Amino acid sequence: MNGTDLIAILPLLVLTVAAVVVMLAVCIHRNHLLAVWLTLAGLAGAFASLWPAASLAPIQVTPLLVIDGYALFYMGLIIAATFVTVVFAYGYLERQAGYAEELYVLVLTAALGSCVLAASNHFVSFFLGLEILSVALYAMGAYLCARRISLEAGIKYLVLAAASAAFLLFGMALIYAQLGTMQFGQIAAMLIGGVSYEKTLIYPGLALMVTGIGFKLAVVPFHMWTPDVYEGAPAPVTAFVATVSKGAMVALLLRYFYQTSAYRLHQVFVVFSIIAIASMIVGNLLALLQNNVKRILAYSSIAHLGYVLVAFLAGGAMAAEAVTFYLVAYFVTTLGAFGVVSVLSTGERDADSLEDYEALFWRRPVLAGIFTLMLLSLAGIPLTAGFVGKFFLVAAGASSELWTLIFILVVTSVIGLFYYLRILVAMYKSPAEAGEAAAAVPSLSHSGSYALAALTVLLLWIGVYPAPLLDAIHHAVLSLRLF
Amino acid sequence: MILIWLIVILLVAGVLAGLTGRISSVLPRVISLIAVSIDFVISLALWAGNSAHVKLFPQSEWFKEIDWTWVPQYGIHFHLAMDGLSLLLIVLTFLLGIMSVLISWREIRDGVGFFHFNLMWILAGIVGVFLAVDLFLFYFMWELMLVPMYFLIAIWGHERRIYAAIKFFIFTQLSGLMMLIAILTLYFIHHSITGVYSFEYQDLLGTALTPHTATLLMLGFFVAFAVKLPMFPFHTWLPDAHTEAPTAGSVILAGLLLKTGAYGILRFVVPLFPGAAHEFAPVAMTLGVIGIIYGAVLAFGQTDLKRLVAYTSVSHLGFVLLGIFAWNELALQGALIGMIAHGISTGSLFMLVGALQERTHTREMDRLQGLWATVPVMSGTVMFFALASIGLPGMGDFVGEFLTLLGTYRVSIGLTVAAAIGILISTLYALKVIQRAFHGPNVNEWSLPDLGVRELAIMVPMMLILLWIGLYPQPLFRTFEPTMRKLEQYAAPQPVVTMIPGANPITLDGGRPPGIDRR
Repeated sequence: MNGTDLIAILPLLVLTVAAVVVMLAVCIHRNHLLAVWLTLAGLAGAFASLWPAASLAPIQVTPLLVIDGYALFYMGLIIAATFVTVVFAYGYLERQAGYAEELYVLVLTAALGSCVLAASNHFVSFFLGLEILSVALYAMGAYLCARRISLEAGIKYLVLAAASAAFLLFGMALIYAQLGTMQFGQIAAMLIGGVSYEKTLIYPGLALMVTGIGFKLAVVPFHMWTPDVYEGAPAPVTAFVATVSKGAMVALLLRYFYQTSAYRLHQVFVVFSIIAIASMIVGNLLALLQNNVKRILAYSSIAHLGYVLVAFLAGGAMAAEAVTFYLVAYFVTTLGAFGVVSVLSTGERDADSLEDYEALFWRRPVLAGIFTLMLLSLAGIPLTAGFVGKFFLVAAGASSELWTLIFILVVTSVIGLFYYLRILVAMYKSPAEAGEAAAAVPSLSHSGSYALAALTVLLLWIGVYPAPLLDAIHHAVLSLRLF
Repeated sequence: MILIWLIVILLVAGVLAGLTGRISSVLPRVISLIAVSIDFVISLALWAGNSAHVKLFPQSEWFKEIDWTWVPQYGIHFHLAMDGLSLLLIVLTFLLGIMSVLISWREIRDGVGFFHFNLMWILAGIVGVFLAVDLFLFYFMWELMLVPMYFLIAIWGHERRIYAAIKFFIFTQLSGLMMLIAILTLYFIHHSITGVYSFEYQDLLGTALTPHTATLLMLGFFVAFAVKLPMFPFHTWLPDAHTEAPTAGSVILAGLLLKTGAYGILRFVVPLFPGAAHEFAPVAMTLGVIGIIYGAVLAFGQTDLKRLVAYTSVSHLGFVLLGIFAWNELALQGALIGMIAHGISTGSLFMLVGALQERTHTREMDRLQGLWATVPVMSGTVMFFALASIGLPGMGDFVGEFLTLLGTYRVSIGLTVAAAIGILISTLYALKVIQRAFHGPNVNEWSLPDLGVRELAIMVPMMLILLWIGLYPQPLFRTFEPTMRKLEQYAAPQPVVTMIPGANPITLDGGRPPGIDRR
């Protein structure tokens, strides 16, 4: 480890320091606004330090981390998403009783773990990153400990995440026992390099790893925790779980399975196909039955990860680009959707029942308009980022002729339309028909409104002119060397 | 550049209308009216300017064109182009757009700003569909029309609006995604042959496909257009959507949205997959004829006036489908005239039903009865359009259906006979409307205001246009002709109907009844 290496991992270091500084600041002088500013400054600093790191990329820092264009792109995405989450959390926590400042320490820690995942090409850093992320998330989920539902979410996540981490670890151990290496590149060399080896433990190992990864991605059949955690966690935390935590895992999934070429193994392909199909079908069907907006979004996110897996299975550079693009669109959209939920939430409860949204358009037209755009983006309607994202997913699938998967994607996404439309119907109900809950005009936090406005602009920009983003993604994915 | 303005004016007007809706309820209407009128004038100017142009350079493909790179990585272009076919349909779009703004003047009272926002954006999407020649852009516009239409039905519709709006959305979305898969497959096949990523219509024409693939892809496109058209058995969204939509929504649905389906078949299905379309033609034509008869029979069975008019659309668009797949000059001309005349006559009928509902608050024919005594002008107008819609000679619909039947006769006598029976049934439902709602004693003692100045200002031009198309359709044919030649050329590898050698192309010049000079 020398000076160059330190610069290369500067984003990680800045995040670490920021977490410590915020913690100390809370000890010295407890002030919500100060904590938020320090957090935002830390995130901005980490984001800025991506450029010095980029000048050195690609570079292997210790055997554990690789800082390349791909890792940096995902780190940028994670840091930006965390930034937005913090802005929402500020407005949200202002309305809550109890201490707010510690959440930011946890958020920074979780972001650090996610960034490590994005840069990991070794089992050790994979597991370390995952645990840094997960442990912070346990506490974040249960942050509003006066609410029973929040505590339930935290405990549920703790138990299941710990169990899944054990599966993952066991899987890694099996593969290590068989191949004698934990480095992705070396695993790849052994899997495809023609070196003869005993496969007995490879498949069980991969299966166990898929369990661990699948849990974090919340794909069927590892999705059971999702609706409860989404519902129970405070809205900004839900936004974080839905975006950053999943995004980091997708980043790792692509790198691990593409670099080791494990996705070419027939068994892996079959398993992921089943997971993708089950996620799309179960996610969309169960979402139809929900009356709680957060739960609807939870099931829809299960389905969306199913869509992502379709493109993932297509393999190759185009697929990696499509997955990454879709993920960016999904980040913007999901943050926006949960952002709307969190700006509408009050001190007593989150605005998560459909009744909270009745006739919203006639009370708060702009906010309803933003939520409409977010939902349409999730449904993949033009002018929004979601449309372009879905287009590329289907394109990636078609380029590899995964007809069954694409057809299921198309049919289930139409089912999905139905529950997005249900929310829209509620929002555009005429005030005369709406319930009494709909009479009040909710007050909004300023910071949250600005963040929503920014996300909306981004959503439309990506939806109408995706070329610059595609370009950036193209360069980022180049470093995976899939060509 | 002018083409992009056609769309941008509408988009901007929509946003302005949405913003000003909070200040005043008149401003959005005025803004929308001005915007659509400007576009209408531009489109008429294009038409006038290009009738000369066409004669000078009959080979040139497009009148107007703009082509910008949009997403270079995937070979996506922002490519708009206009030829005779799209020009005529765009003129119709703006004409009905003006009428829709006018007809909503009194009907829409809540959320005026957002209503006009949606109206303008639907029109923009429709114009985009008619102009796009990049398949990505086409799909983009195709989906873009959907959302504002959904809002139009779901917010300002009648009793069962939510059900109707969701059904409409889901039908069109699912079929649209089938088309997306077909578009992408074609794109990748084209790439594997030429090594070029392109969504360009011109590039994709003539892509070599195996018959099996061509059939599948053709069906992918066809299903999207068949749902919009709507073709039996994909028509079930239509009666609900048409009935529940506000008047302007019904006018746009019937007059324009259905035409995008017909346009898609004309522009994409047959030229891109000539062989497969030829194979498929008997099926499509049979379904068209089933639609003609089925729509007419169901229309006859309705008691709800608006639903009745909705089912007549299924019947009329059956003729269009029949004409397109017969794919000879007469039938194609018939289909085109049928599309335009149906837009005007059915659009007008919807407006009249809307006006009636505004006055009586019912659409049930049994409750109306004997209206002629109290609203003679309105009743006469309804009769005019009802007769037009059953194909009375001298009006636009007659020309369309007659030419379609003539063209179909060359392909299949049996289908022609069956389709003609459909016309017969249409007489029944038209007479039923007149008898049940307007004739007879005024038992319910209705006393209603007759058509006002605003309504007459809408209806009279529509009547005149319909008569003009019925009596002198040559300008339309002349505008359409170069496009028709091109379309036939694309579909040439396997001509659907072999032309008589040496026969001149049929035009209706010279005052002879159409088709006679062929016999």
